[in-house]
Amino acid sequence: MTDEPNAAPAAPGLAGLLPVALSAVLFAGFLALVPQVADGGAIRLAWDWVPTLGIALSFLVDGLSLTFALLISGIGALVFLYSWAYLGRKPEFGRYTLFLTGFMLSMLGLVLADNLIALFVFWELTTITSYLLIGFNHEQADARRAALQALFVTGAGALAMLAGFILLGFTAGSFELSVILAQGEALRAHALYLPILILILAGTFTKSAQFPFHFWLPNAMAAPTPVSAFLHSATMVKAGVYLMARLHPALSGTEIWMWSLTIFGAITAVFASVVALRQTDLKQALAYTTLMALGTLTLFLGQESGYAMTAFATFLIVHSLYKAALFLVVGNIDYATGTRDARILGGLARTMPVTAFAAALAAMSMAGLPPFLGFIGKELKYAGALAVASEPLVVAGAILIASALMLAVAGVVAIRPFWLPPGGAFPRQPRPAPWPMLTGPVILALLGATFGIYPDTLERALVAPTVAALLGSAEEAKPLVLWAGVNLPLILSVATIVLGVTIYAFKLRLRAALARAEAALPSFDAGWDRFLKGLNRVAVWQTRVIQPGVLRFYIFVTFVTVLIGAAGTMLARGALPALPSLSTVTWDGLALSLLIVAGAAIAAVTGSRIAAMAALGVVGIAVAMIFIVFGAPDVAITQLLVETLVVVLVAVALLRLPALDPPGTRDRRPRDAVLAGAVGLTVTLTLLAVIERPLDRSLTDYFETASWVEAFGRNIVNVILVDFRALDTFGEIAVVVIAALSAYALLRTTDKRRPE
Amino acid sequence: MEALLAVTIGVLVAGAVYLMLARNVLRFIFGLVLISNAANLVIFTAGRLTPGEPPLIPEGADAPVGTVANALPQALVLTAIVIGFGLFAFALVLMFRAYTSLGTLQSDEMRVAEPRDDGL
Repeated sequence: MTDEPNAAPAAPGLAGLLPVALSAVLFAGFLALVPQVADGGAIRLAWDWVPTLGIALSFLVDGLSLTFALLISGIGALVFLYSWAYLGRKPEFGRYTLFLTGFMLSMLGLVLADNLIALFVFWELTTITSYLLIGFNHEQADARRAALQALFVTGAGALAMLAGFILLGFTAGSFELSVILAQGEALRAHALYLPILILILAGTFTKSAQFPFHFWLPNAMAAPTPVSAFLHSATMVKAGVYLMARLHPALSGTEIWMWSLTIFGAITAVFASVVALRQTDLKQALAYTTLMALGTLTLFLGQESGYAMTAFATFLIVHSLYKAALFLVVGNIDYATGTRDARILGGLARTMPVTAFAAALAAMSMAGLPPFLGFIGKELKYAGALAVASEPLVVAGAILIASALMLAVAGVVAIRPFWLPPGGAFPRQPRPAPWPMLTGPVILALLGATFGIYPDTLERALVAPTVAALLGSAEEAKPLVLWAGVNLPLILSVATIVLGVTIYAFKLRLRAALARAEAALPSFDAGWDRFLKGLNRVAVWQTRVIQPGVLRFYIFVTFVTVLIGAAGTMLARGALPALPSLSTVTWDGLALSLLIVAGAAIAAVTGSRIAAMAALGVVGIAVAMIFIVFGAPDVAITQLLVETLVVVLVAVALLRLPALDPPGTRDRRPRDAVLAGAVGLTVTLTLLAVIERPLDRSLTDYFETASWVEAFGRNIVNVILVDFRALDTFGEIAVVVIAALSAYALLRTTDKRRPE
Repeated sequence: MEALLAVTIGVLVAGAVYLMLARNVLRFIFGLVLISNAANLVIFTAGRLTPGEPPLIPEGADAPVGTVANALPQALVLTAIVIGFGLFAFALVLMFRAYTSLGTLQSDEMRVAEPRDDGL
């Protein structure tokens, strides 16, 4: 599952540098907005999109969306720079850049959108572009499967979410988020609150890979490493977290919100950090720690307190910085040695000192050691957990376990490959990474350290405005400080470090135990395969039922549909005709009707071909006679001619065809007879209902008066056919010609499959 | 008179549907012939019946004199008869060809396009 990085750094190319410039410009633009937003001035832009449905293309820049936008564009710029060196020599690099740029822009649209429908469109754009990115190495079956899995899981969640959005929009009377967020009280009291919440959480939990939908995320590691760095740090999976944060003012504060987010978040965090330790592939280990971070963020969004929100905002930034840095570090290790196996790697500090330095800084931030931003984040997490009203100990306990395991994983990623002796031979001689691949990790790691030492800047610029967006007031934000004195969070921090180091020391034994436990437990990933297989089986079964390949079945269903449609409508509308009067019946009309009835009956039941042919002839001639009796001699002539031809053709065909029924059988089908009778009755009733109504003769009147005056013909029917409706007649002739040509072609072709 | 024809057409349709549901495709074609006749009669009857007066304009007049049969359904039926015949002729040849290729007239046994055991 390696993605074969470049042999050597590429020469500068437009495809490589253009997106770097684009995202850097965007980043600078967002950065320029920071002072205004930090002063409480949210910026809103709107264009009409589908005004009749109340859908606008509107954007909102407040603390929350600006924080996300900065992370996305900033980390985006570094990832693009990295990709240029990492993948620039690949022939598919142009496509890769296109996908990744599309993804970044969709993600920016998602976090800035102020309209639910626009947000949904951007949300699905990220789903599609991430599908393309995860499946970028499409020659590998793993990558294709992972991409499809991510698409299905997040796509299914998004559909539920769309339903939730629509309910929410109608409940609030607007699809504009800025309007919806102001109606928290009314929404929470509304009868539709629960369905809305469940549907939207289905979208956010799948997108942000919360347990039990977590399984797609580690598989998404099939993507090239820079993509993983981007998806996992600031984007894709954070989209779900973003949406929960965005809707926090409108939907939070109820028991169900608090419990579902707390429970799912806590389970995800603990479960993921335990599984992370078990991984030997560095990239996989990092993937699981992303799950842990998402769980923690979800958990905090379940709460209301200023501590929890400050912890959320801070940890969001901390995690994005160190996670992107560490993924890029792993990419460098892969590039240098050709492997990501933690059991083999070691002693790389000499070959790649810069990477080792960045890895150490980022890992210490991840481990939550002072003086890094991660330490402040962890202190706030404990403070936030202890501020949880109902079950502070459970929440704090979950965070303690997760943080300790996180510290151990940080050790696996940053200590083992660089400072300890190697555990085996590398696939290739280690080589240093080129500068574009070092810039990203170093900048991100240094930022983690700088913000740790000078947290005030970050607090004023991003954390407090984010908390203001969540709770409505920047006053609620708690200060970010490195040394808050000896208090409970500090004690918990010390406990975390001790526990984490212990776990690290015993990690080999733990890993073996975890591997055994994992083998014993049912796997979600395998469950997914079973689910897909089951889905396929249902599809096969359903196809067999609906399309059995039996012509009679299709015809039967068609007639049943006609019957239900026509008879059902008549019954439902009460349009049944009155009993007709038969006073105008003439003797010749009655005789011809009886002929038709007799002919139809004989044709239907006879087993003899000759009798059937004669019956068809009788019906045809009787119909022609009706045309004569009721003033349609032209129609009658045509009918007689056609009827004669029908009988001749059938007779010719019968010379070469076998008997109607196989020997010893008779054609008796009571079920078909019932349906046939019902359809016949429906036609009779429909026709009776039609002739009850007065006839609209306006067209006939027109033809009668215009036939001689305009078209100089005294036979009105002929004039209609060859003059007023000449094009119809031309079409009719074309149909006959096509039928004749096709019949000729059918008779002329030779058949290779003729049975012996 | 229209009412009587409505009943007659109902019987004709019933016979046609019964034949079209048969296993033997030759019977299906018989049903096709009957149902085209029924359809033509429906159009004709829906335009009302006028005994013995074809829609013609006598010499010296600009329009029909007195009540004549409705010309519009007649024109429609004329077209329909011809197209119905085209359809019939093609269906008959197709059936004939199917028989020479497959050696059967039973539609249940014509499974080339949708084999019985397609694994999907």
